Amino acid sequence: MTDTLYREAILDHYRNPRNRGTLEPADFTYEDVNPLCGDEIRIDVRTDGENVTDVRFSGRGCAISQAAVSMLMEMVDGRPLDEVKAISREDLLDELGVPISPARMKCAMLGLKVLKAGIYGVPPSDDSL
Amino acid sequence: MVTTRTGNAVDWVRIRDEFPILASTGPGGQRLAFLDSAASSQKPEQVIAAVDRFYRETNANIHRGVYDLSERATAQYEAARHMVADFINAASAREIVFVRNTTEAINLVAQTWGRRNISAGDLIAVTTMDHHSNLIPWQLLAEEKDAHLEAVRVTDDGRLDMEHLGELLAKGPRIVAFPHVSNSLGTINPAAEIIRLAHDAGAVVVVDGAQSVPHMPVDVQALDADFLAFSGHKMLGPLGSGALYGKLALLDAMPPFMGGGGMIRKVGLTHSTWADVPARFEAGTPSVGDAIGLGVAVEYLQAIGMDAVREHEQQLTACAVDRLRDVPGIQLFGPDDPDARAGVLSFTLGDIHPHDVAAILNEENVAVRAGHHCCQPLMDRLGVVATTRASFYVYNVDEDVDCLVSGLHRAQAIFAS
Repeated sequence: MTDTLYREAILDHYRNPRNRGTLEPADFTYEDVNPLCGDEIRIDVRTDGENVTDVRFSGRGCAISQAAVSMLMEMVDGRPLDEVKAISREDLLDELGVPISPARMKCAMLGLKVLKAGIYGVPPSDDSL
Repeated sequence: MVTTRTGNAVDWVRIRDEFPILASTGPGGQRLAFLDSAASSQKPEQVIAAVDRFYRETNANIHRGVYDLSERATAQYEAARHMVADFINAASAREIVFVRNTTEAINLVAQTWGRRNISAGDLIAVTTMDHHSNLIPWQLLAEEKDAHLEAVRVTDDGRLDMEHLGELLAKGPRIVAFPHVSNSLGTINPAAEIIRLAHDAGAVVVVDGAQSVPHMPVDVQALDADFLAFSGHKMLGPLGSGALYGKLALLDAMPPFMGGGGMIRKVGLTHSTWADVPARFEAGTPSVGDAIGLGVAVEYLQAIGMDAVREHEQQLTACAVDRLRDVPGIQLFGPDDPDARAGVLSFTLGDIHPHDVAAILNEENVAVRAGHHCCQPLMDRLGVVATTRASFYVYNVDEDVDCLVSGLHRAQAIFAS
């Protein structure tokens, strides 16, 4: 059997995405695309100022980008914002648990990029953070 | 049975063996099924050796050098130009300009003939199936000149809508640009007919030959093309080699593309005059070794015979189409008629993202392309974000089709479970 990128955990998140949907209203919403493949991800976050109280993602993409963002949802839901800010690409790669080639790195990291842009896009002095 | 123009049967397995990279294997020892030649082809031993030999034995800058090495390099470079001219039946080798690739060739036409001849309000006609390289140069020109750009529509089965072409031609476009063969769909467009109609409408015709010249006989005089752009690296030649064909009268009347050494006649501090064609369009030191390698690639293809190349690819494509239809969930794009389709197969597999399809095929050492293939407007027309594309060339054999089909079944199994 060939080693596969598509191990069961990734396929499970792809088929049964966690926290899929949108939040109306949300404390912040951010979306971005991967111009190489047209993948689109939007993330909506609600926060009480200290913790992520609810989070949803929507969009479309390959199994790697969709599974990675679904895993990311589990990593951040209910977590303190400071900890969410500290999540690194290595943390997410550990969660994915398969070697991601340079060509697929953008797919794997799209969700994290969107989340971070959303969080940092809100000025630190803003009361909603 | 495919035979060469000398009447001998072609041994396609022997041809495959002449491409060193195809002897490599994947991490699991799988043979390499290289099905991405529409992006760039592999190179036979003969081409690799010619480039190697150039740098070992003949390397020097060309033109004007009076020493032996430079004269030999110049002679080989110009001999390659003659081979390329002969390959597409140009009336003169002066009608061949060496460039890096199809993109550069089309930009050359847009920035010289286009800038001189297009003015505000003029119409430039392209097609919805053009590669971005035969679209963006015309968008840039239209923006600069305040000209209009309109695209011939594509039918549901991936052909140019000839009725719509007629409507656009009735508006009197100055330029008609189209792909001889679609890089995404494999559609072989009726080039001679389009060119005749466009000429009747008074247009100058720019043919993107990137996917036709490597794969079938192309005769620029029979087509009556004004310009034909193609890439050497897609036809067994080195990366960085390509050519623009232009009718001599058109090239002669065009201003330079880039300025620099090699393209001048006489230079003053404030005014200069230009070299004759094709030197006028080859400013700076060209990629001499790559052009020489392209000449050897042309000889290699001619030894097989372009009719035989086309027949081989048509057989592989027909076989692949038949077998792909058995893969559950597959949707093939492009014309069904094998005579209207080159060796390019674009498809989607259920709702599995093309990147995932390609990644699973890669795990079987099957190399295909996934994405929009530099054809975003065409993807919009087809209603898909991306497709997976397999493309064939001289070194592909039935076993490559086997690997593709079994890889697709595996992708289905992984995502269906």
